Amino acid sequence: MTTLHLWTVLTIVSMAAVTYLLRAGGYWLFRTFKPSPGLQSMLTYVPGALFVSFVVPSVVAGGVKEWIAAAVTVVVAVMTRSIVWPIFAGTATAWVVWMLA
Amino acid sequence: MTPSAEAPVTFTAAGFRLGAQRCVPMLIGLFPFGLVAGVTAQAHGLSLAEASLMSGLVFAGSSQIVTLGAWTVPASIAAATLTCFIVNLRFMLMGPLLAPWFDNVHGWRRWFTIGFLVEHTWALALKEIEHGNRDAAFFLGAGVLTWLVWVVTTIAGFLLGEIVAPAAGHPLFFAALACFIAMLVPMWRGKQDLIPWAVAAIVAIAVSRELPGTSWHIVAGAIAGGFAGYLRDRRARKSTERAQ
Repeated sequence: MTTLHLWTVLTIVSMAAVTYLLRAGGYWLFRTFKPSPGLQSMLTYVPGALFVSFVVPSVVAGGVKEWIAAAVTVVVAVMTRSIVWPIFAGTATAWVVWMLA
Repeated sequence: MTPSAEAPVTFTAAGFRLGAQRCVPMLIGLFPFGLVAGVTAQAHGLSLAEASLMSGLVFAGSSQIVTLGAWTVPASIAAATLTCFIVNLRFMLMGPLLAPWFDNVHGWRRWFTIGFLVEHTWALALKEIEHGNRDAAFFLGAGVLTWLVWVVTTIAGFLLGEIVAPAAGHPLFFAALACFIAMLVPMWRGKQDLIPWAVAAIVAIAVSRELPGTSWHIVAGAIAGGFAGYLRDRRARKSTERAQ
């Protein structure tokens, strides 16, 4: 349970190092090479586009359960402007659809 | 730029606490994600210590789960590192938007704090920056609490996996996706987002079908959507210039 294999630890450290370099590296690159106004205007659209790219393929690749639950999550998020309620409502919906199927 | 953007950036304990507080609702979405990471690590023969170490150091759920899915004994350093690189490439696009905070703090306050960058803390931070919060410790507070919960839920998932392995399609896991949807909805700024978001969705779906199990679709969708937004802004600017 508490064993640590050297090779596994090295692999984990390498995974962590590359992940850190990506976290700090994007920021560092933009800081060092000042982006043009065009690139900056592009960047203001990145948050929404990035989350859309995360969410939409997962929902589409799911089944009826995910489609209905995602729709409920969106509606509750629009209505409540909260994080908690959409998660509960969406997950509960997924559960109900799963039990009915 | 909001007028308060000119105020000096601070790094206070109060900012740290506010960050931790604000991220509490997100943590519900993190639970199932951490459980999956723990269960997957257990199923692929990692020890509890190794699983906790991975969550503690890598702190990026989807890359951990994808890497573990192709885990071999002994582990392949090259394959695991390359997988992490591909899945986490999106962080490169996310970091620059935190410049209003990180450009104005130095040393560990910048380079240690940025290590806590994940979607959850990032989305929270962008909203704070937009509302004129100038306390960069907000990011550390949100990050440290998210990190703690991430490691604890990984351990819980690992122990759970030793008793019962929950099926992959269990509706409980929808909570992770629901959390992302709940973060996405308030990002809608109005009509100007319509085409960029649609472009992002179409590109992301197409790329995810071609390259499953990676995060190229996220990188491609974010860049395509961003580019569509850039074109839209440029056209809007030109038509106002013509009107004048």
